[in-house]
Amino acid sequence: MLRIRVTRMRAWVLTGVLAISLAAVAAYPSSAGASSHPIKIGFSMTLTGGLAGNGKAALLAMEIWREDINKKGGILGRPVEFVYYDDATNPANVPGIYTKLLNVDKVDLVVSSYGTNLIAPAMPIIMKKKLVFMTLFGLAVNDRFNYDRYFQIMPSGPEPKRDWSRGFFQLAMAQSPKPATIALLATDSEFSKNAVAGARDNALDAGLKVVYDETFKPGTADFSPIVRAMQATKPDLVYVGCYPPEAAGIVRAANEIGLEAKMFGGGMVGLQYAALLTSLGPQLNGMVNYDFWAPESTLNFPGINEFLKKYQAKAAEAGVDPLGHYLPPYAYAYLEILAQAVEAVGSLDDHGKLAEHIHKTTFNTVVGPVSFADNGEWAKSRVLMVQFQNIKDGNIEQFHKPGKRVVLYPDEVKSGEFIYPYANAR
Amino acid sequence: MRVASFWPVSAVLFVGVTAATFFVNEYYVVAGYMVLQGLIMATAWNILGGFTGYVNFGSAGFFALGAYTSVVLYTAIDPPLWVVIPAAAIVCGLLGLGAGYLTLRLRGVYFAIATLALAIVLETLMVNWDYVGGATGAFIITPDVPLFASYNAFLFVIMLALAIGSVGLARYLNHSRIGRGLTAIRDDEVAAECAGVPTLRLKLISTTIMGAMMGIAGSLYPYFVTFVEPLSAFNLIVAVNAIAMPMIGGTSSWIGPVIGALLLGSVQEWTKVNISSELNLLIVGVLLVGFVALAPRGILGLAQDFRARLRGPQKKEQGDDEPAAA
Amino acid sequence: MFSIDLLSNALVAGLLLGGFYAAVALGLSIVFGQLDIVNIAHPAFVILGSYVVYMTNSALGWDPVLAGVLFTPLFFALGVVVYRIYYSGFERTGRESLAGLAFFFGIMFILEVTIILIYGVDYRLVDAAYIGQTLRFGIIDLPYRMLVPFLTAMAMTAGIALYLSRTFTGRAILAVSQDRLALELMGANPIRIKSLAFGIGLATAAIAGALLIIIGPVEPSFGRVYIGRVFAIVILGGMGSIKGTLLAALLIGVSESMVQTFVGPSWADAVAFSVLLLTLVLRPQGLFGRL
Repeated sequence: MLRIRVTRMRAWVLTGVLAISLAAVAAYPSSAGASSHPIKIGFSMTLTGGLAGNGKAALLAMEIWREDINKKGGILGRPVEFVYYDDATNPANVPGIYTKLLNVDKVDLVVSSYGTNLIAPAMPIIMKKKLVFMTLFGLAVNDRFNYDRYFQIMPSGPEPKRDWSRGFFQLAMAQSPKPATIALLATDSEFSKNAVAGARDNALDAGLKVVYDETFKPGTADFSPIVRAMQATKPDLVYVGCYPPEAAGIVRAANEIGLEAKMFGGGMVGLQYAALLTSLGPQLNGMVNYDFWAPESTLNFPGINEFLKKYQAKAAEAGVDPLGHYLPPYAYAYLEILAQAVEAVGSLDDHGKLAEHIHKTTFNTVVGPVSFADNGEWAKSRVLMVQFQNIKDGNIEQFHKPGKRVVLYPDEVKSGEFIYPYANAR
Repeated sequence: MRVASFWPVSAVLFVGVTAATFFVNEYYVVAGYMVLQGLIMATAWNILGGFTGYVNFGSAGFFALGAYTSVVLYTAIDPPLWVVIPAAAIVCGLLGLGAGYLTLRLRGVYFAIATLALAIVLETLMVNWDYVGGATGAFIITPDVPLFASYNAFLFVIMLALAIGSVGLARYLNHSRIGRGLTAIRDDEVAAECAGVPTLRLKLISTTIMGAMMGIAGSLYPYFVTFVEPLSAFNLIVAVNAIAMPMIGGTSSWIGPVIGALLLGSVQEWTKVNISSELNLLIVGVLLVGFVALAPRGILGLAQDFRARLRGPQKKEQGDDEPAAA
Repeated sequence: MFSIDLLSNALVAGLLLGGFYAAVALGLSIVFGQLDIVNIAHPAFVILGSYVVYMTNSALGWDPVLAGVLFTPLFFALGVVVYRIYYSGFERTGRESLAGLAFFFGIMFILEVTIILIYGVDYRLVDAAYIGQTLRFGIIDLPYRMLVPFLTAMAMTAGIALYLSRTFTGRAILAVSQDRLALELMGANPIRIKSLAFGIGLATAAIAGALLIIIGPVEPSFGRVYIGRVFAIVILGGMGSIKGTLLAALLIGVSESMVQTFVGPSWADAVAFSVLLLTLVLRPQGLFGRL
C-alpha cells in the first residue's frame, strides 16, 4: 500500500516538473507577429553559448536598424520584420534553423549569424536556393565555397588572412632600426589561428625571423610561464591572436613580467570591449592591436554617433558591451547594405540582380563607404591598427572620447603618432 | 513489441518515412536528422550504461572521433559515404575496445572519469593535428545528390537506416544470452564472474559496439554542418543528451533510449526555434534531475508501474524488476 | 631556450598555480574522497562562488578573498541541502552510482544556466589593488594575482587538514567512509556527519571561486574546463587524503607550467588528463594513496 502511495506521489511530482517546464515554454513569447505584408528578414544568432556576448550586441544593433528603417517607411514601402533563432553558438543547430527560415517561415531575405563556425553550416542551404547572403564576421569562409552572392561585412579585405595583420607589419618595418625577430602566440581556435597564420606569412615576407611560435588551449589559467618562455627568445615583435579571457590573462602576465618587446599586440579580440578596457586600464598603454572602429575624428562617419547613442542607451538593459564600438556598427551596416541594394533593384525576387548590384556599388553606411571584391570581402582592407595611449585608470568615460585608441593604420584614417618602442608608451 | 514483428515494422517505417521526405517540409527532415543522431547516441550509450552499468561520460569523444574519421577520409580521398561510415565504425569500435580494457582496472566512477579524460585527450590531439585542420577547422563541400529532395534529406535517410539498425542491434543484445550476461555484470560483476559469465569478453563486446555506434552517428556530422572544428565537434551537449535520453526513457531496455531520444530530441528541436536556448538547457537539466530523482526507471518504469496498477496490486511485486516486457 | 631563470620561474609559477588547483580540488577531495559522492558539479559550484564574489566586488567593492570567506556559510548551507536531497533520493535507496552521477550532471547544468540567465555569458573580472602588482626576488617573479590565491589556498588547506585531524567531528568525517558501524556505535549520526562534510566541501567552493576570479576572467561554463583536472588531482592524490590532494595539485600545476614553458602551451591541458589516465590504469589508489 505504502509503495503505491509513494509511486503515486512520485508521479504527481513528476507531472509537476513537466508542467512547469511546459509552462515556461508556453509563457515565452514567440518571435514573429503579424503586420501588413511585411518583409521578413531571417537569421540565426549566437544568443547563448561561447559567442553570446557579441551575438546579443549584434542583435541589439540589428533591432535598432529595424526601428530606424521602419520609421523611414521600411524597404520598398513595406515594413521590416525579423524572424530569428538562437543557434547557441553550436554549428549543429544552424542547418535546421536556416531550413526552417526558408521553408517554414518563408522569409524574404536571410543574413548570417556571427562568426565563421556559424556561417559555414548555412552556406550549402543558401547556395542551393541561390540567395544573396550578407554575413557577419566570418574569416575567409568563401575561400572554399566560391559563392558569388556571398558578402562579408568585417573589413578584413580581399585577402582576409593576410590583410588582417598587414598594418601591424607595415608599422613595424617602418621603424629604424628595423625589428628582426617575432614571437607568435595563438589560442587554439579557428579565428586566432587564422589570424596568426596570416601574421606568420606577413612576417616571413617582411624578412622577420620567427623565434617563438606556439598555441595554447582556451581556459588556460595563468599565462606567466608562456609569456616568460616567449620573453626568453627575446623577440622584437610579439603578435598574439586570442579571445577575451586569454587577452586579459596575457596582458596581465606581460605587465607582471615586464615584457620587453618593441611592439606587442596584434590580433587580440576583447581589447575593443568596455569590460577589458576598464579592467586592464593603464596596463594596455603602448600595445598595438587591431580594431574596427574607435571614436577618432578620422572615423566619424555620418550616422555612427546617432547609432551609438541609441545603442549605448539600451546596452545596459540588454546586458551587452556598453561601448559597442566593435561589432554593433557592422551588424547595423550589413543590414543597411542589404536594404539599399533591395531599394535600388526594386525587387526582392531577383537575387542575381541583387548580387550584381552589391558587387558594383559603393554603399554609404555607418561604418563608412563599403564596396566588395569579387570574393565578397571588402574591396580594400580596413583593419585598423590602434595604439593604446595615455590611459590613466579604469574609468569608462575616457573610452568614449578620442585619444585613447589612436589609429595608426591605414594612412587615410590615421589619427595620431605611433610611439615606438613599446616601453616608451607604457 | 513481439520478437518477430520488429524488422517488418521497421522496414515499413523506413519506406514510409523515406517516401515522406519527398513531401514534407524540408525543415522537418533536418530537425529529424538531429533527433536520429541523438537516438543513435542514446542507444549506443545505453548498451554500456544501461545494460552493463558502466557510465560513459566521453560520448562526445567517440562522436567527434567518428566525425574526424570522416574529415581525414574526405581530406585524403573523398570516398563515398558507404566507405566513410564503416571506417568510422571501425576506428571508434577500436577506441571502444580500448576503453573496454580500461574496465579491467576501473570500476564504477573511475571508469566514468577515465572516459571523460579520454575525450579531452582526444580533443587535444585533434586541436594539434593540422591535417584535419587543427583548431582552425576543416570544410567539407557536399556534392549534389540525384534522386533525393536535398543533401540533408539524403543524410536523413541514411541516418534513419543506421538508427533502425542500431536499435535492432541493441534489441538483439537486450534479449540474447549476451544481454543476460551484461545484466548480470551490471547487477554484480564479481558474482557474475564467479557464476561463470565471461565478464571481460562481454564487456569488450559492449564497449566496442557502443564505440562503433557513436562513431557512426558522428561520421555524418561533417557532411551535415560542412565545417568541423574541435570545439563544436566535442560539444558537451552531445554527451549530455547521450546520458539524459536513456535516463529519461528508461535504461533497462532497448526501447527506453528510443522513447527518451524521440521525446527529448523533439522537445529540443521544438524549443530551439520557439524559446531561448538557455531555457532549453535548463529544461534538459531539470528533466534529468527530476527523472533520476523521482522516476529512476524512466518513462518505461512509469509505464510499467501504471500497467501493473491496472492489473491490480497483487501482481505488482513480480512485474517490478523485470527489465522489459518482451 | 633553456635557462635557470626560465626553469626557476616555471617552477614557481607551477607551484603558485598548483596551490590554486588545490583550493578547487579540496572540496571534491572531501566529498568524493571521503563520502564517495561523485559531485561532478563541484566546479560549477566554484563558478557560482566566482559570480557571487563578482557581484559583491562590483556592487559593493568588497575584496574578493574577503567576499569568498563571507559567503562560506551560505555555501555550507547549500551543501547541506544538496546532500539531504541526494541522500533521500539516492543514497538511502542504494542507487547512488548511476543515478547519482546523472543527478549531479543535471545540477551542473542547472547551475550553469541559472548563472547565464542572471549574468549573461560575458566574461567577468574583479578589481583589487594587488591585481597587476608583482613581488620580485632576484630573478623570481611572484605576481600577487597568483600569490594571493596561493596563500589563501594554503591557509584553507591547512585549516581543513587541522579540522579533520584534530576535532571530533573532523575525525568522524574521516571515519564515515571507512567504518560506518563503528561511527554509529560511537554515537555519531552518519547522515549528520555526511551533510556536515558535504557542506564543508561546498564552502571551500566559495573561496576557490574567489581565487579563480582573482586569477582571471570567468564565464558561466568555465567550470567544465576544471572537471577533469580536479578529478585528476583528487584521484592522483589518493582519494580524500588532504596531504595527497595538495601534493597532487602542486604536481599537476608544476607539470603544466613546465610543459607550457619547455614543450609548448597547447599540450599543457593534456598533461592532467594523461596523468589521470595513466594513474587510473596503472595505480588506481593514486600516487599518495591511502588505500
